[in-house]
Amino acid sequence: MDELLGEFIAETRETLEPLASEIVAWELAPDDRARLDSIFRFVHTVKGSCGFLDLPRLERLSHAAEGALAEVREGSRRPDKALVSGVLCIIDRIGELVEALAAGEPYPEGGDDALILALEPGNDPDEAAPASAHAQPQPQAGPRAPARSIRLPVELLDRMMAGVSDMVLARNELSRRLRDRGNDGSIDAAFERLSTCVAEMRESITRTRMQRIDGLFSALPRMVRDLSADLAKQVLLAVDGGDVELDREMIEMIRDPLTHIVRNAIDHGIELPAERQAAGKPASGTLRVLARQSGNQILIEVADDGGGIDDERLVQKAIGAGLIARERAATMTRTERLELIFSAGLSTATAVTAISGRGVGMDVVRANVERIGGTVDIDTQPGRGCRLTLRVPMTLTIIPALTFSVGAELFAIPRGAIDEIVRASGGSVVVERVGNSPVARIRGERVPVVALDALLGIDSYIDPARAILVVVRASSGERYALLVDSVQDHEELVVKPAAPAIMATGIYAGTTLPDNGRPMLLINPAGVAHIAGVQAPDASMSAKSDVPEAVIETIPTLLFRAVDGAVRAIRLGLVERIEDVPSTAVANVGGRLRLSHDGRIVPLFGCEAVVPDKYDCVRVLLLGDGSSEIAYAIREVVDIHALSPDCLPASTPGPIAGVLLVGEMQVELIDCFWLFAQAGAGLGAAERPLCLFDRDDPWMRDVLRPIVEQAGYRVAYSGDPDDQAAAVMILSAERESGPPVSHAPVIRLRATADEDHAASGSVYRYDRSGLIAALVAAQGGR
Amino acid sequence: MDSLKLIARIADQEVAIATSLIESVVEVEAITRVPLAAPHIAGLAALRSRVLTIIDTYAALEIGHSPREGILQAVVVTIDHHLYGLLVDEVVDVAAIASEPDLLHAGLSRGWAHAALGLVEHNGKALLELDPARIVAGPAVLAA
Repeated sequence: MDELLGEFIAETRETLEPLASEIVAWELAPDDRARLDSIFRFVHTVKGSCGFLDLPRLERLSHAAEGALAEVREGSRRPDKALVSGVLCIIDRIGELVEALAAGEPYPEGGDDALILALEPGNDPDEAAPASAHAQPQPQAGPRAPARSIRLPVELLDRMMAGVSDMVLARNELSRRLRDRGNDGSIDAAFERLSTCVAEMRESITRTRMQRIDGLFSALPRMVRDLSADLAKQVLLAVDGGDVELDREMIEMIRDPLTHIVRNAIDHGIELPAERQAAGKPASGTLRVLARQSGNQILIEVADDGGGIDDERLVQKAIGAGLIARERAATMTRTERLELIFSAGLSTATAVTAISGRGVGMDVVRANVERIGGTVDIDTQPGRGCRLTLRVPMTLTIIPALTFSVGAELFAIPRGAIDEIVRASGGSVVVERVGNSPVARIRGERVPVVALDALLGIDSYIDPARAILVVVRASSGERYALLVDSVQDHEELVVKPAAPAIMATGIYAGTTLPDNGRPMLLINPAGVAHIAGVQAPDASMSAKSDVPEAVIETIPTLLFRAVDGAVRAIRLGLVERIEDVPSTAVANVGGRLRLSHDGRIVPLFGCEAVVPDKYDCVRVLLLGDGSSEIAYAIREVVDIHALSPDCLPASTPGPIAGVLLVGEMQVELIDCFWLFAQAGAGLGAAERPLCLFDRDDPWMRDVLRPIVEQAGYRVAYSGDPDDQAAAVMILSAERESGPPVSHAPVIRLRATADEDHAASGSVYRYDRSGLIAALVAAQGGR
Repeated sequence: MDSLKLIARIADQEVAIATSLIESVVEVEAITRVPLAAPHIAGLAALRSRVLTIIDTYAALEIGHSPREGILQAVVVTIDHHLYGLLVDEVVDVAAIASEPDLLHAGLSRGWAHAALGLVEHNGKALLELDPARIVAGPAVLAA
């Protein structure tokens, strides 16, 4: 309230100053309509503010003056000398009262009645006015409290902001030049100081543009009161988070969408008291409006406990309006159905009311919010209520971002949207292909992968296995991993909106000029999710959700009865064929069962020994990963199910990846990854190639050995009797010269993940797939 | 001063653009591609601390693609508070052309017809006067 009061005082003072000359002019020419209007406007404004701020004395005075002036404006009263002096006295009194307010001093009571009475027609103001002059000592005599605030045009702030943005760019340019020229301590220190100053300046200018969202919320109680009275509904309004700060411009941009949502909630959401009681709810509906800051975003939630949205009716309406085809409607998920509320030309209101349903719909709300880089989400339960969430950026001007490259192109993405950054082939990350789309498993959790090179039609420079996954959580809730070539830098970027033709693609949030002076595009994570077809997990619905078909990503999975009689599962994507092969085609060669098939020999898994059926055949699944092939013996195929990608992982690596739930049944999922890894590793101990370790490196003995052995190698140490037979040798990259060994190829392992620092050609020692690839390469070279 | 026109060459045609709409003419070196944008969006370039959206004028006129070799000349215009650079093959002249553009008679291909305001006379030659806003809006099919 103090803030509002301060604003009122500043505003009143400001208008009083020019008004002084107006008043004098009006006194000379009481018929001057323009003067009359500006004085009327002043008292009218004061009256309005006073009612709001609870200043009854000022309100009474301004109300009296307004009334008299209104009569003059209507022409029902002539502005005689008595009236003019009466109004002037009141305006003087208003000025005195405001100054007293500003100084925090009490203003002597009394004297107002005489002033108001003087405005009555026929009264002589000269009797009242001198009385007041005698009664009140002139407060102006004392020192006027210095103004604590000034009012500025927003354009000036915009210009300052643009200036600071350019300054940041100039600083970045300078920083790049300085880096190119090498170090100079004294210049660096001065530059650091400059950088700090620029950063502080930017910070404070950004703050000048921030405003409490209170200003937006303060209009709500009145609106809710009027609306509910018009509609004979009872609505309790609960507002929270008014102290959240938001860019002034943003506040203006969300004013209309918010108003519309609140109107909708009262008009369509909250039911009539009788209906509510019949439904067992309190007669008064509750409307909650809440704002909070979440990272670089502001969330504004409008939740009602009304009837909710009937998605079935929505779909029927959409079909009726020709927005969707009936066939399409049958396959829509609940989220998709609710999304219909944002389509143009759809209103669930059965009758057009004065309040809403006038053709300006949720589509306009969404468009307006998206224009400023925000999103609107809806969450509803029929009979329980509806919640709309607006997410808008705090400011569009400067954001911390991560820059990355795909092929020759550089892009930026808001840092706030990033969950984590992992290598596509790190220790705990596996990228699999499901159908034709890649899915990453990161520490057991599956995340859809969006390959930016494919999405944007750019040629990637690197092998997908060496790419980087940037795990992103879009503001609309989708979580996915962007596959990019490499991550460049964290930067503070000045972001400006791009041209409409560029924004129309939906995947960019704006443009920016980074240090190197080449314009760069800022990726809009929600837009990419939309274009790439990534869907948000339906987390907003509770477990009790009445919609079982909520969005769940599924993988076609083959269930089969294994040779031992148990039912197991295998991901269908890897199964190339199911065939019956004669049992004679299977032989135990080289330490494991192998199947000769179509002129090739493929390792056979799934059984210890062949169990032929009555036709002397064995049924096998032929699995391929694109390059190699393996066979898996089964008894019979059970079924194909679409199953969740999640499985409870097995504790140790082996033929079983984990356990899946199929209906009520627990089914073991075959780990094809492991099988393929084993395919080449089944040789008898003596036939296995020998891998030589550095004897002096305990890490190799303790950590590396099991991995290398699992890959199908025998392990020996330098200095062992048979070290001359080694097929390959592993040394640490940091070791300058290894112990004298055979001429076996050497794989060097480095301790850091960072390639730049390491000797060329070395492998990061926790890069399992890199190591295996190096082993294979070394084998091939012999 | 409204009669001043910039005369530029696009695909062996000399065209006129009212200078009142033009901010400057710049040379563009590096263009950042904008994947997935409409074909007439050539990309982005920097103009001091501002970002220019470069328009492939050929594509906007539906006559192929502007040459992208070497240093390119672009006519800078501001439309709806956004800066655009229209790629031209060469800026020929700035001349005062007093006459109002004459109405076109048929015969132009769709792209030219969409972007043209009319015919103006200069040194005894008839030039098409183009509307930068229509070029920026892109081919008629997309704008529709």
